[in-house]
Amino acid sequence: MALPTYASPLERAWYYTYLVICGLVFLFLIAPILVVIPLSFNAEPYFTFTPKMLDFDPEGYSLRWYDTLLTLGHPTPDAPRDASWWSAVWERATWVQAAKNSFWVGLWATILATTLGTIAALGLSRPEMPYRRLIMALLISPMIVPIIIIAVGMSFFFAKACVAPDSAMGLIFGFFLSEKGCLANSHLGVIVAHAVLGIPFVIITVTATLSGFDQSLIRAAHSLGANPRTTFFKVIMPLILPGIISGALFAFVTSFDEVVAVLFIAGPDQQTIPRQMFNGIREAISPAILAVATILVVISVLLLATVELLRRRSDRLRGVTGR
Amino acid sequence: MAEATSELLKTADGRPLKAALAAAQTRARRRAFLLVLPLLFFVLLTFLVPIGYMLKRSVEHDGFAASAPALVAWFGANPGFDPADPPEEAYAALVQDLARMQGEKTTGIAGTRINYSVPGTISMFKKGAREAKDLVPPFKDALLAVDPAWAKPALWRGMASASNAYTSEFYKVAADMKLSDDGWTRGGDKERIYLYLFFKTFLVSGIITVICLLLAFPVSHLLATLPMAKSSLLMILVLLPFWTSLLVRTTSWIALLQEQGIVNDMLVGLGLIDDQGRLTMMYNMTGTIVAMTHVLLPFMILPLYSVMRVIPPSYARAARSLGATSWTTFRRVYLPQTLPGIAAGSLLVFILAVGYYITPALVGGADGQLISNLISFHMSKSNWSLAAAIAGMLLAAILVLYWLYDRLVGIDRLKLG
Repeated sequence: MALPTYASPLERAWYYTYLVICGLVFLFLIAPILVVIPLSFNAEPYFTFTPKMLDFDPEGYSLRWYDTLLTLGHPTPDAPRDASWWSAVWERATWVQAAKNSFWVGLWATILATTLGTIAALGLSRPEMPYRRLIMALLISPMIVPIIIIAVGMSFFFAKACVAPDSAMGLIFGFFLSEKGCLANSHLGVIVAHAVLGIPFVIITVTATLSGFDQSLIRAAHSLGANPRTTFFKVIMPLILPGIISGALFAFVTSFDEVVAVLFIAGPDQQTIPRQMFNGIREAISPAILAVATILVVISVLLLATVELLRRRSDRLRGVTGR
Repeated sequence: MAEATSELLKTADGRPLKAALAAAQTRARRRAFLLVLPLLFFVLLTFLVPIGYMLKRSVEHDGFAASAPALVAWFGANPGFDPADPPEEAYAALVQDLARMQGEKTTGIAGTRINYSVPGTISMFKKGAREAKDLVPPFKDALLAVDPAWAKPALWRGMASASNAYTSEFYKVAADMKLSDDGWTRGGDKERIYLYLFFKTFLVSGIITVICLLLAFPVSHLLATLPMAKSSLLMILVLLPFWTSLLVRTTSWIALLQEQGIVNDMLVGLGLIDDQGRLTMMYNMTGTIVAMTHVLLPFMILPLYSVMRVIPPSYARAARSLGATSWTTFRRVYLPQTLPGIAAGSLLVFILAVGYYITPALVGGADGQLISNLISFHMSKSNWSLAAAIAGMLLAAILVLYWLYDRLVGIDRLKLG
């Protein structure tokens, strides 16, 4: 909105005030995310800029907090850094373990949510779908219902959802469950919980992509002799793939960032990055958390860039111009 | 006439067209439903059943009913007994049950159940159960000699109520009612902690919603009116917080707002406040409100932006050319057209704020806690039934808001980025 030439001085003043307000709001949005990056290179164990940092003295900066991420929980942190030292990092370091757990839980939760969610979105976007509104409301509700309610419900139920380890079910699922054969304190429990939380995002993004999808293409494929499977993989999938991928990325980020359900249903073996950060912030707050935060900011920038590129590609494919 | 024609129409294999069409539509409906079915089943099992189970826990507790059979039978036979002066048989049944609890080690769970409505009973039950087998008739005097509190009418009311496994007591406790000697009464003003916290949660959520709206409105307007290339670039500034871990954002607010933090350092450096007068902006309600506003702001900007983007600028120009001042144009022409976006954003932010947990838990201190934190507190103290009842009340509130959102905005209009 450029200012028209006939604007009065008062309107001019108001217009510049408006721009300043907008600038301040953008600063409010972005400053807290950027501020952790320089702070994580602090040479001192403080959560703020030291005078040396403000003077841009190289001594004020260091990588010690990134080093802490490798050495915390390491059996011999001061040993020479040879292959066995690095393999101990991979096997024992607390933050590395948390990262591995977060990654695997996120990956499986994403696969589960994206597969089930995409198939369901296909059904939901058909015009003949019965009870569409009600089912949509149900499937979106994990995003709306407070996470604490979901976590409390799951902590009650997962403690009871057990199979006897020596039964047939126990032999099949026992590996994924806790030692007692329960969903509580197990990797499967966390995966399932995170999949539920990721489903609304997959449903929203995939149905949005499908809303621009020409349903007659399906009939055309059928009439040309394609079976439903071929139709899905050769016709539908390539067109809605950007939507599926951004839904999957949303689901992964949801899992990667989720801490409340983990606090309530996970055991000591399911230590994830957010849980480690949550405990770190509550107990002894050290700049090591800022180092983790910086790494996470870099990851989220990469994810955002991916989603933006996908959306532009999707819009182009569907013939939508602009945003 | 139309009906006669449609009866004549037949498909190639001789079936009436109407029937064939209906059959085809049924098939299509079934096929669409089958696609959704696996996910529905998954959500049922991992989302609806756990929440249903939690609601069941909020009205059911058989800790006392299952471990005190003699007293349950006596209460069943004497529904109209006087809690102020229970007869000797009641005390005999109680002593018999206490002895049994000691043998079966159920004293803790039975005492816990009564403790919900009559605080301080767990230790009474433990002490009574330890001595129960040595007591001799008359049991009333013997038990009162162990602890005179056993004669309290509130306790007998509580036990009579707990002899049924299903109860609304936890909801009464969560609504700040207490069991006195005369039955359930409303607590005094100072005892209304739960309803007060509900009220506070709604108030804080309302404040956050208003702040979000005030901050989001100019920004959304700017984004909607700038040329596409520039607004896409600025949009990244809105979407990046959306994609950044909540814990990262909370951590940086601690770094910014704490007493030795960056904002205070800057204010001291600029000479606006002196070193002793550093502002307390963290670990209190201010910290909660600032951090939650930051987290929820994108949820306000995105719906507002998508509504504002399609408002034609010609309306405002028409209003100006007809002689309206810029304020009138804004108030009478532009603002009414943004109402759908305001409703969508405000409801979404409010709903998300009411159930917020992590940010208040980390930056709220003692003063900035919300209702979710209370649920978590009671979970950690093993007051599971009370936690479930408070969660049930919160869930009811959220469902009303969600229904309102669906009616006013429509769930299918929910968009991400």
